[in-house]
Amino acid sequence: MIKSLSRFFMQRRSWSIPYAIFLFIFVLMPLLLIVYYSFTDEEGVFTMGNFRKFLMHPEAMNTFIYSIGIAIITTLSCLLLGYPAAYIMSQKHFNVPKTMIVLFILPMWVNILIRTLATVALFDFLKLPLGEGALVFGMIYNFLPFMVYPIYNTLQKMDHGLIEAAQDLGANPMKVFTKVILPLSMPGVISGIVMVFMPTVSTFAIAELLTMNNIKLFGTTVQENIYNGMWNYGAALSLIMLLLIGIMSLFTNEEDNAQNESGGVI
Amino acid sequence: MMNRILAKGYLWFLLALLYSPILIIMIFSFTEAKVLGNWTGFSLKLYSSLFSGGMHHSLVSAIVNTFLIAFIAASVSTMLGSIAAIGIFNMRNPYSKSIINFTNNIPIMNPDIITGVSLFLLFVSFGISQGFTTVVLAHIAFCTPYVVLSVMPRLKKMNPNIYEAALDLGATPFQALRKVIFPEILPGMISGFILAFTLSIDDFAVTIFTIGNQGLETLSTFIYADARKGGLTPELRPLSTIIFVTVLVLLIIINKRAEKQKKE
Repeated sequence: MIKSLSRFFMQRRSWSIPYAIFLFIFVLMPLLLIVYYSFTDEEGVFTMGNFRKFLMHPEAMNTFIYSIGIAIITTLSCLLLGYPAAYIMSQKHFNVPKTMIVLFILPMWVNILIRTLATVALFDFLKLPLGEGALVFGMIYNFLPFMVYPIYNTLQKMDHGLIEAAQDLGANPMKVFTKVILPLSMPGVISGIVMVFMPTVSTFAIAELLTMNNIKLFGTTVQENIYNGMWNYGAALSLIMLLLIGIMSLFTNEEDNAQNESGGVI
Repeated sequence: MMNRILAKGYLWFLLALLYSPILIIMIFSFTEAKVLGNWTGFSLKLYSSLFSGGMHHSLVSAIVNTFLIAFIAASVSTMLGSIAAIGIFNMRNPYSKSIINFTNNIPIMNPDIITGVSLFLLFVSFGISQGFTTVVLAHIAFCTPYVVLSVMPRLKKMNPNIYEAALDLGATPFQALRKVIFPEILPGMISGFILAFTLSIDDFAVTIFTIGNQGLETLSTFIYADARKGGLTPELRPLSTIIFVTVLVLLIIINKRAEKQKKE
């Protein structure tokens, strides 16, 4: 008995078992609990009431739509600002030093609250009012690196021969861009959109800080409900957010995972 | 030529936009003024009062908690993740392998708030009182997947025959692990540890849902509580500066390591 047990643990593939158990307890079960709580009431009886409450409640609904709006504005602005930057950095003839690329990615690793406080400080320093403008600026400032990085990655891996071939065949620079470079960089653009949209639509706390508590985003609604003990309603709101994000991430493709697995840390 | 200047100028403009907030905080960390934006001459007083404790005792204990949590979470994640990576790599059943890989990606893909809410529900459902332990557990939960992902490529690159050869030459499986596999995956483990450590220090969303209300504070929750009160503690300026510089140095180290690994 002991011998067979020890042989079982000697097999290296058995070593994934502790982690499998860990993943079940700390990843799968918590997610199932969100589903469980959102379809039950305080007594644990099945109900659709939490979702009905969300649909009937104009304030929650408005916050939801407003958050999506802010997320779309942020994502589009990041795309418009970030794509040219990623393009310039990926082109060899512009000769951009490597440190500059690291500088673009660096803010991603600074605590989001510190970055947000820094934005508040900047607005104070320039004597600009806090509010919707500060909110959008803060969001762009916080999430722009998430747009630049994936686009830069795909552009850099692109086969340069294709661009030269297009040029040889007589395409003007505009055509080369719209017919070759842009379509080939779409995977990066899509994962950039997801990487910016997901955190902007789910943030909480930073909106309050940037608008002096005047504007509430959906993440804050979730947090407040959980904090005030309305776990079932909070769970239902989380599930709605999760569904929204799930729909978004359907657009990501396998290429994204390949990037992660190659061990590219930053 | 004109194009090149325009392109570089654009990059500098974006970088200025990205760094101006943090630069303002850095500059005003070297002056005493309570209100940010008032320059009252060069001074290191904020730095010294940050470290002398006393008045800002809660800030100091928040810093200590943050690092303690990060250290424990990163150490446990590194061990758990490395063992798991070896296990997953050697799994033969493709279905269970892809299930565990998929589950491993969930915490990475999930927004922080969902991870936070889900772990909060886990702890309250089982009546576990929230505090230091729950924060550490939560951090282990979202850090370990990154360790698995940074150890995995090292295993894939390894020559599988070396392990078999060690066994053929009479090494016990444990010896073979220690002398053959461990040195091969060590760089991945170190990168994974640093990554887990930075993620844990950085975290706000998961922490705030699992920290409970017994007065435990980490740096993120301290800053949040402080900012909500409206007044920014001036000592946060030197602190942000130190954190920013530390992250910069850590990142440069990670980057150098990654480049070196690529060359190998």
